[in-house]
Amino acid sequence: MMTDEKKKVNLTIDGIQVEAYEGDMVLDAARRAGIDIPTLCYHPAIGPIGSCRVCVVEIENGRGLPASCVTPVREGMVVRTNTEAVREARRTVVELILASHPQDCLQCERNGRCELQALAMRLGIRETRFHREKEHKECDTSSPALVRDADKCILCGRCVNMCADVQNVAALGFAYRGTDALVTPMFERGLAESKCVSCGQCAKICPVGAIHEKEEWQKVADLISDPNLHVVVQVAPAVRAAIGEEFGIPAGTPVTGKLATALKMLGFDAVFDTQFTADLTIMEEGTELIERLKTKGPLPLITSCSPGWIKYAETFHPEFIPNLSSCKSPQQMMGAIIKTYYAKKAGIDPDKIVSVSVMPCTAKKSECARPEMNASGRRDVDIVLTTRELACMIRQAGIRFQDLSDGEFDAPLGISTGAGTIFGTTGGVMEAALRTVYEIVTKKPLG
Amino acid sequence: MSPFIRAHILVCSGAGCVSSGCHGVYDSLMRALEEEGILGEVKVIKTGCIGSCDLGPTVLIYPDGTFYQKVTPEDAKEIVEEHIVKGRPVARLFPRQAEGEPAENISSLNFFKKQVKVVLRNCGVIDPENIYEYVARDGYEALARVLTDMTPKDVIDTIKQSGLRGRGGAGFPTGLKWEFAQRVHADEKYVVCNADEGDPGAFMDRSVLEGDPHSIVEAMTIAGYAIGANQGYIYVRAEYPLAVSRLTHAIEEAHEFGVLGENLFGSGFSFDLDIRVGAGAFVCGEETALLASMEGKRGMPRPRPPFPANEGLFRKPTLINNVETYANIAPIILKGPDWFRSIGTEKSPGTKVFALAGKINNTGLVEVPMGTTLREIVYEIGGGIPGGKAFKAAQTGGPSGGCIPESLLDISMEYDTLTKAGAMMGSGGLIIMDEDTCMVDIAKFFLQFTQDESCGKCVPCREGTKVMLDILTRITEGKGQAGDIQTLEALGKTIKNTALCGLGQTAPNPVLSSIRYFRNEYEAHIDEKRCPGGVCKDLVGYEIDAEKCRGCSLCAKACPTQAIHPVAGEAALAEASGGEGGHKPKRRTYEIDNSKCQKCGECMSVCRFDAVSRR
Ligand SMILES: Cc1cc2nc3c(=O)[nH]c(=O)nc-3n(C[C@H](O)[C@H](O)[C@H](O)COP(=O)(O)O)c2cc1C
Ligand code: SF4
Ligand code: SF4
Ligand code: SF4
Ligand code: SF4
Ligand code: FES
Repeated sequence: MMTDEKKKVNLTIDGIQVEAYEGDMVLDAARRAGIDIPTLCYHPAIGPIGSCRVCVVEIENGRGLPASCVTPVREGMVVRTNTEAVREARRTVVELILASHPQDCLQCERNGRCELQALAMRLGIRETRFHREKEHKECDTSSPALVRDADKCILCGRCVNMCADVQNVAALGFAYRGTDALVTPMFERGLAESKCVSCGQCAKICPVGAIHEKEEWQKVADLISDPNLHVVVQVAPAVRAAIGEEFGIPAGTPVTGKLATALKMLGFDAVFDTQFTADLTIMEEGTELIERLKTKGPLPLITSCSPGWIKYAETFHPEFIPNLSSCKSPQQMMGAIIKTYYAKKAGIDPDKIVSVSVMPCTAKKSECARPEMNASGRRDVDIVLTTRELACMIRQAGIRFQDLSDGEFDAPLGISTGAGTIFGTTGGVMEAALRTVYEIVTKKPLG
Repeated sequence: MSPFIRAHILVCSGAGCVSSGCHGVYDSLMRALEEEGILGEVKVIKTGCIGSCDLGPTVLIYPDGTFYQKVTPEDAKEIVEEHIVKGRPVARLFPRQAEGEPAENISSLNFFKKQVKVVLRNCGVIDPENIYEYVARDGYEALARVLTDMTPKDVIDTIKQSGLRGRGGAGFPTGLKWEFAQRVHADEKYVVCNADEGDPGAFMDRSVLEGDPHSIVEAMTIAGYAIGANQGYIYVRAEYPLAVSRLTHAIEEAHEFGVLGENLFGSGFSFDLDIRVGAGAFVCGEETALLASMEGKRGMPRPRPPFPANEGLFRKPTLINNVETYANIAPIILKGPDWFRSIGTEKSPGTKVFALAGKINNTGLVEVPMGTTLREIVYEIGGGIPGGKAFKAAQTGGPSGGCIPESLLDISMEYDTLTKAGAMMGSGGLIIMDEDTCMVDIAKFFLQFTQDESCGKCVPCREGTKVMLDILTRITEGKGQAGDIQTLEALGKTIKNTALCGLGQTAPNPVLSSIRYFRNEYEAHIDEKRCPGGVCKDLVGYEIDAEKCRGCSLCAKACPTQAIHPVAGEAALAEASGGEGGHKPKRRTYEIDNSKCQKCGECMSVCRFDAVSRR
């Protein structure tokens, strides 16, 4: 409510004088001062929730042990983050979470990357004093993109906030009370029947293995081993910038050559670059833009490359459907080309082709499953893997990705202009489309 | 000219009396008056709850103050024919006091004698659906005075000086809360009345809404003026349809009367009220959950700060007070803060309404000055424990509160003393327990309630209370283990310290307070596998003393599960006396097969020789 400038606040945390601003939470102030209070439900990408109570601290003359992630700093506040009472409370809280948690880390999708695992390790938990039976819920595998395993859910509420407040979808919510409480789509339906747009942000923010992408890489490995099938892969522009990170290469480093080598080593029969159809998309969308400018068709023109956004518009803003570009996304264009042009050219029965694509987003798994995506007379793209899944495949095959030499994508679908390279950046598609428009309209190449 | 009215007949129409049939009584009264041809001389009024719900339907005759209990339509006819026409009160309908003497007059009833009615001043006295009756009892005079004579600051200062504390449970100073809400600058503010009343034993808020709805309309309008809000909402639980209809009626009447709406009393101040019906979950009474629910979201608490006074409904500053809190406002304005402070104690001025229930002779609503002792409430107002049983404990504050043992019967009933004793004022639920109560079982009962009602958001409350409940369940099933008490205490403390909202922060109270005062009972369950209250079925067993048994077979016939069978005299005696029985009577005795016994206690109650005992 107050609009005046942020006031400075001085407080003491574990004996250290800390300066903070009005409105800061004790947790932020402590972390800035080098004190790393453990957290579980807190995540900087969403508003604080205050549900797990792992981040409790002691505040002089205060009541109980408040959660530092939702306690604003006050002038003169004296905070202690590592007293016996605090440690005991934190340990009890984590043990209470573990009391009903399936203890099957070894089989868990999140094993090794799990925040609950890390927290239990950090707090030195070696036994759990409590035990409670939790009613088993079947895994929700209805969505083509995501799997929800309610048994693993610790009800932290991150996904609920992410989906509602950041993505504006609100497909997930709390239901029931007490120990029956659940995070679920409305009426305990499957995600596929909810408003979910398959963006995957919930899976990204879930601290445990309760929501994750639908894993299909093992299936792809098996299909490659089948000699009767011709398994083709296409790779989206963003993947080459992201995959290096999985193998200790600094994030953002393009590793196009290594990627091409790795895919061939994995045994794909042909390795194509989605960049090629990204160029086609640009041409198409650019032409469409010129057409709409001429005929005063629905403007602005919105690119149709992102299936998450398409689904979002269809569900929540159908009034924008006329603004969407009528072009297929690069993935689906490539899919169609592979099972038509390429199949014919290579003399392969399109029914024997398995078309795999590696994409940066879970929504692509939903896109390829849409019933209208069958320009070739059959499903155009069969399986979509995320960048992380491809990394799993590479690791399982024993390939030392970081040491690979540079290879090449297969021609002719492997040649592209470079307009497609900027696809992976925000606003990139439209910039590329505009460049194309400029070139067509002015008949001059852009520098 | 209105005709001479020779008598007023007040028919209690609170929800309790409605369900026991007061409408039939009213109709019968009207018919009888008509038959006698005196309909114009006697005024029959349907009032709000008078408080003594267990005696309903009740009828009160003025000017004499005669109080009739459990009146049937036939009785109503007799009341008209005998009392009204001939002046002969119907003695058989007088309520009986504990000592056995009937009390004909309301003022001689112990139940009412010690009560001081501020909050319930109009309940059971006026027709809640008639604004004139409210106005006749100084209704809307406080609002008129506030709007014509006082600044918002004057109002807030008056409330602050009165020392009024929130009656919704926490006892936060009301004037201070109003000041916080007043101080925030915003284009819009709201006033909210919390009428969710989730404590299962409490019904004082309902009584006020049903019996005196205008007092809430008036107080909320005053609050709106004080903090600078033009819109108010009353959040009523869906289980209170009568309250909703009376409030709706009162709001319409107030509009017609010009005490609600635009430019009130020509002051330029406008205020309007709407009702929101809640889904009725206990946690929706928590203020941030209530606001979420009003916004159409799931009723789940959120961390505070920001407090609603800064950021409430639709993120606007919002003042939330309880029904009973609002009911105190008009009298404070009219009679002044000093008058208010003259009632009750220094730290808790004013009165408190308690909902008296459980093992006590007089149940119902009682309004007493803060600081009245528990003993006074139990023995003087409540008429003591039925059946000559001993008082064991009182649970105050409902499921969030704790128990007060016999040794603390002289405790002063006010906020801070109760909290210090490990209990809570809460909304004023007061459940009396006698010697046949098992404290472990009671603690389990309350914890089961809060566990079921936990919104499930935070770990300590959702998971911790469940672990505590499982331990309590084990103990009552005879599977308690060494260390259970310590685990309960440690967990209880952690939950209180770390839970997000008041529900979790108070949920362990019934367990912790019963351990504090009745630790021996927990130990008996755990160490001796014995339930001293004789309640926990798995720990109760019955035995027949072969020495005392005369073999009459009454118990065997009474047993519903045929668990009692005869045994030969010698064998039974030999066993009973450790094999060295000297004399060997040839008579049969009886024995209980514990695997078949259902622990109903029938055998013990039928045995005429005191041979059956409980262990
Ligand atoms: C679990 C829980 C349930 C509550 N239920 C109620 C209720 O039913 N009625 C009520 O007035 N206050 C209830 N409260 C208290 C409210 O949060 C709030 O403090 C109160 O409405 C403020 O009004 P007051 O200051 O007039 O007491 C509850 C609090 C908690 C934690
Ligand atoms: S979610 Fe985490 S803690 Fe739970 S089983 Fe998976 S890896 Fe283990
Ligand atoms: S995938 Fe996106 S839309 Fe679907 S539930 Fe998760 S966050 Fe919400
Ligand atoms: S699914 Fe994951 S993010 Fe969502 S509430 Fe459960 S544990 Fe938290
Ligand atoms: S304490 Fe209980 S009711 Fe309150 S937020 Fe936590 S889980 Fe919900
Ligand atoms: S991290 Fe603060 S409550 Fe969860």
